Amino acid sequence: MTHEFDFDAVLASFDRLLQGALLTVELSAAAIVLGLAVGVLGAFAKTSGGVTVRALVSAYVEIIRNTPFLVQLYLIFFGLPALGVKLGANEAALLAMTVNLGAYATEILRAGVEAIPKTQIEAGTALGLSPLQIFRYVILVPALETVYPALTSQFTLIMLASSVVGTISANELSSMASLIDSETFRSFETYLVVTPIYIALAFMFRGVFLLVSRAIFRRRRRLQGVFGFGGAR
Amino acid sequence: MPVVALENVTKSFGALTVLDGVSLAVEPGQVVAVIGRSGSGKSTMLRCINGLEQIQSGRIEVAGHVLENNKTALRELRQDVGMVFQSYNLFPHLTVEENITLAPRVVKKEPLAEAKATARNVLEQVGLSEKIDAYPEQLSGGQQQRVAIARSLAMHPKVMLFDEVTSALDPELTEEVLRVMEGLAKAGMTMMLVTHEMGFARRVAHVTVFMHKGKVWESGPSERIFSDPQTPELRQFLASGLK
Repeated sequence: MTHEFDFDAVLASFDRLLQGALLTVELSAAAIVLGLAVGVLGAFAKTSGGVTVRALVSAYVEIIRNTPFLVQLYLIFFGLPALGVKLGANEAALLAMTVNLGAYATEILRAGVEAIPKTQIEAGTALGLSPLQIFRYVILVPALETVYPALTSQFTLIMLASSVVGTISANELSSMASLIDSETFRSFETYLVVTPIYIALAFMFRGVFLLVSRAIFRRRRRLQGVFGFGGAR
Repeated sequence: MPVVALENVTKSFGALTVLDGVSLAVEPGQVVAVIGRSGSGKSTMLRCINGLEQIQSGRIEVAGHVLENNKTALRELRQDVGMVFQSYNLFPHLTVEENITLAPRVVKKEPLAEAKATARNVLEQVGLSEKIDAYPEQLSGGQQQRVAIARSLAMHPKVMLFDEVTSALDPELTEEVLRVMEGLAKAGMTMMLVTHEMGFARRVAHVTVFMHKGKVWESGPSERIFSDPQTPELRQFLASGLK
């Protein structure tokens, strides 16, 4: 082995990495909450809306799912100021992450909504519930439960994707790493430290997803995929 | 004044005519059984009464509401019409109590305490008080169907529609559901039931309607329908049922 490891310079900047990790967590958590909200609205619109609404939601989903996240980020960060909307780097990053996750969440949740048996909707209808009430009280929780593993994977992906928002100077974990790398020239060491931090963050998020699922889906089921095996019984 | 009145109702799915000029009336407190072969239009008729299916022509009046294609009016009508389905259709993510209190709370805006009191009442009526905190999947088919009946009762309907509610149950479970329905009938509930339980129809229903080819082929007091069928189609239907 020719590389001589020297972690001292990197570890001397460990507090900055933690700062970056904190921003990664904050951005991701906010994007997950907001993106899920967008997804819920999108799924409702796409399954219950009129032709125009459905077409608009489809256009949004297709545009986002067929363009790189980096391009979406730049469009928001550089485009909105041109339209007179001033956004800080962190706000632009959060907006881009929300818009991106919202599109994927819409599509995942739509599948969950469509998997609900028609008879459930009829039972709600016969009880006098409105379509919105049926969505809220009859469809939403079972649909979320059905697609929860796919949804939480997407949540993890947006956390990992936040590593590119450093390009608009939102100083999350990867951007801090790149800074330390350029100061110390210890690239390998830097990213060897950053990698386990990302893994730890991912597992932390999964733990939160599991706790949330236990709170929401009281009728406990095997939540395959949340931890990669059939836990949660 | 009848609680349910159908006048010359027609309904078709594309080229297939399912209801072909159906007229009938259900008086308050009356139990009406609807019998007939699969595809004779009996379930469709029931589903038209609370607007789950749209009719092409004719007139339906239920509990003082004229059925029209207006969403708000339909929702008001449905509050007065209970419906129980063959496949129970309980909400799997809600407990028995939540299944029962959902519509009173959300649709009628009843306070939670009142809705819960009603839930306890109707559960007692169907004999399942001890299952109040269970989830549907923890119940047998018969118990689920009784909860579904309780869920409808909690809306204090003026008429209850039963769509082949025992068809998915074995004889023992069928019996427990029928007992609940008989109790309701004795308590004076206005009921329409599509059923294959001929013995139950004969014993409990005041009037039995035989549907054939989308028409009310023959109807009358249950005893007369079963003991003295007038049309060859009904005679043949009853004979095949006895085999």
